[in-house]
Amino acid sequence: MSLLHYKRKPGAVLFDALNVFLFVVLTFLCVYPFYYLIINSISANDLSAAGEVYIIPLQVHLTNYRDILRLDGLYQALLVSVARTVLGSACTVLASAFLGFLFSKQNFWKRKLWYRFVVITMYFNAGLIPVYMNMHSLGLTNNFLVYILPAIVSPFNIILVKTYIESTPLSLQEAAQIDGAGVLRIFAYIILPIILPIIATILVFASVGQWNSFQDTLLYMTDSKLYTLQYTLYRYINQARMLATLIQESQSADVASDLMRQMNPTSVSMTVSVVVILPILFVYPFLQRYIVKGILIGAIKG
Amino acid sequence: MRASTKAGAIPSRRRLTSPQREGYVLFALALPFLALVFLFSYLPLWGWRYALYDYLPGFKLENCEFVGLKWFQFLVSNKTQVDEILRVLRNTFAISGLNLLTSVLPIAFAVLLNELRSDRMKRVVQTLTTLPHFIGWVLIYSMAYAIFSYNTGVFNKALLALNILDTPVNWLASGEHIWLKMCAWSVWKNIGWNAIMYLAAMAGIDQELYEAATVDGAGRFRKIWHITIPGLMPTFFVLLMMAVANFLNSGMEQYYVFQNALNQKSIEVLDLYVYNIGIGNGTIPLATVVSMLKSIVSLTLLFIVNGLSKLTRGETII
Repeated sequence: MSLLHYKRKPGAVLFDALNVFLFVVLTFLCVYPFYYLIINSISANDLSAAGEVYIIPLQVHLTNYRDILRLDGLYQALLVSVARTVLGSACTVLASAFLGFLFSKQNFWKRKLWYRFVVITMYFNAGLIPVYMNMHSLGLTNNFLVYILPAIVSPFNIILVKTYIESTPLSLQEAAQIDGAGVLRIFAYIILPIILPIIATILVFASVGQWNSFQDTLLYMTDSKLYTLQYTLYRYINQARMLATLIQESQSADVASDLMRQMNPTSVSMTVSVVVILPILFVYPFLQRYIVKGILIGAIKG
Repeated sequence: MRASTKAGAIPSRRRLTSPQREGYVLFALALPFLALVFLFSYLPLWGWRYALYDYLPGFKLENCEFVGLKWFQFLVSNKTQVDEILRVLRNTFAISGLNLLTSVLPIAFAVLLNELRSDRMKRVVQTLTTLPHFIGWVLIYSMAYAIFSYNTGVFNKALLALNILDTPVNWLASGEHIWLKMCAWSVWKNIGWNAIMYLAAMAGIDQELYEAATVDGAGRFRKIWHITIPGLMPTFFVLLMMAVANFLNSGMEQYYVFQNALNQKSIEVLDLYVYNIGIGNGTIPLATVVSMLKSIVSLTLLFIVNGLSKLTRGETII
């Protein structure tokens, strides 16, 4: 190894240096926006509104995080987002595992037909407006269930589970069957433990998807009680001026005259952004672990 | 099966759970989910009938006049409408086209990342550059708003301090270069993520090829050019085909959050246009017509691309 290093030509050294430089810059570009939001949300609000905070946090304080909960609708939006993420991803995961298992059974009645019936929906879509009208006529507009029901059956996840089950030996299932175990029992006691790794992958992807979802609120919700955090953030950013008065009314008396802590539109949108980002940063290490696995299994089929 | 016929007591029990009978049970268990698929993926097709009526939001469809193909003709009948469609198509083609062109960047990213000498740095870079893929467009808009805003954003501040600008520029509001800007955000969000796919493909390349090339005296760049890049082509081809099939499906979320009065003319892609005329203006029939045509063209594209893939690679992509 050291011998190789010895022989490296100046051109190769230059290339390596430029390459390292390139990736330092790229990584910086990807990370800095996150860092920028975080340091601004904990710095003095008058400084961050003036654009003075960009390298290190100045006059650190955490009152923003306490005060945004006083904002009209934010607490509710947080609840809605958490509820849809937990319920929605639990349903998707269980349904994907179950359907993946059912479709892996050769004796499923008209298996090919029904499997195609499900998988083909990945490739066509009636279009935004017909889908919207359909939700409307099903009574799912302004209904929390619109966050959950359409996402339950996810063809891609079903393919992942089915492929995974098919790569495991059949003998365990057969042994259990001979012992008299029914379909549900085999699913719960034999299949579920085996497919845990792929379940973890799906869980992580589904929950990130639910948490980040924006378009369904935009399309189907006019009742502000059902707004999600993402949607509320979008409204905050776009209604900065209206918000400023709203905040000053809701601000507690002790900070009303304190410019450093008094919330302004900039500090509100940045603090809410950080609240939206934090859970993602939190599950990110798990994401990292399961990403490649998920992609690779998906790629076999793709 | 053979075992069950051999043993005397078992057959009656076995008949109860015969494979065929079990097959019906399996189907019955899946039925509720199949119903959901029907409700949310097939039933909307029935909504295509709105294209044939003078439908107004709030009315019952039965009370609206059946007008046949009026809205289809309307789409191409008057000059303003044709210009509108052409403008939206131009935006869609420009933005999707730029995204297609930049789809080679993740390959470059993966190849160069693989050339980094420190494994630790590789891992760190890969972890951090994937991060943007996992946040939604609203958050990206929020970041853009914070960093590029007119008088408080760090971007203007930095450019002013470096004397590149004399006066701050309102980057987000202006409609200039909006196609490039949108493409840049897409690249920022997805480059690290898409590179993972190529890194995985790279790990699958036979190491002996590299060893043989080294023996033959090939340098680093020759190995990249003659071994790595060809090794990545199958993956690239599949992704490219999918991108072509989705040429019209640019989605609306990104463009919706970045849209404003100044840039609307050049940011409105097909999906956003459908939303704006359908949900925004309530012109449901016209929006349905555009939705329909888009779905049909997309499906046709998918079949063409799939056929092409079958011809050239002997493998389908769907």
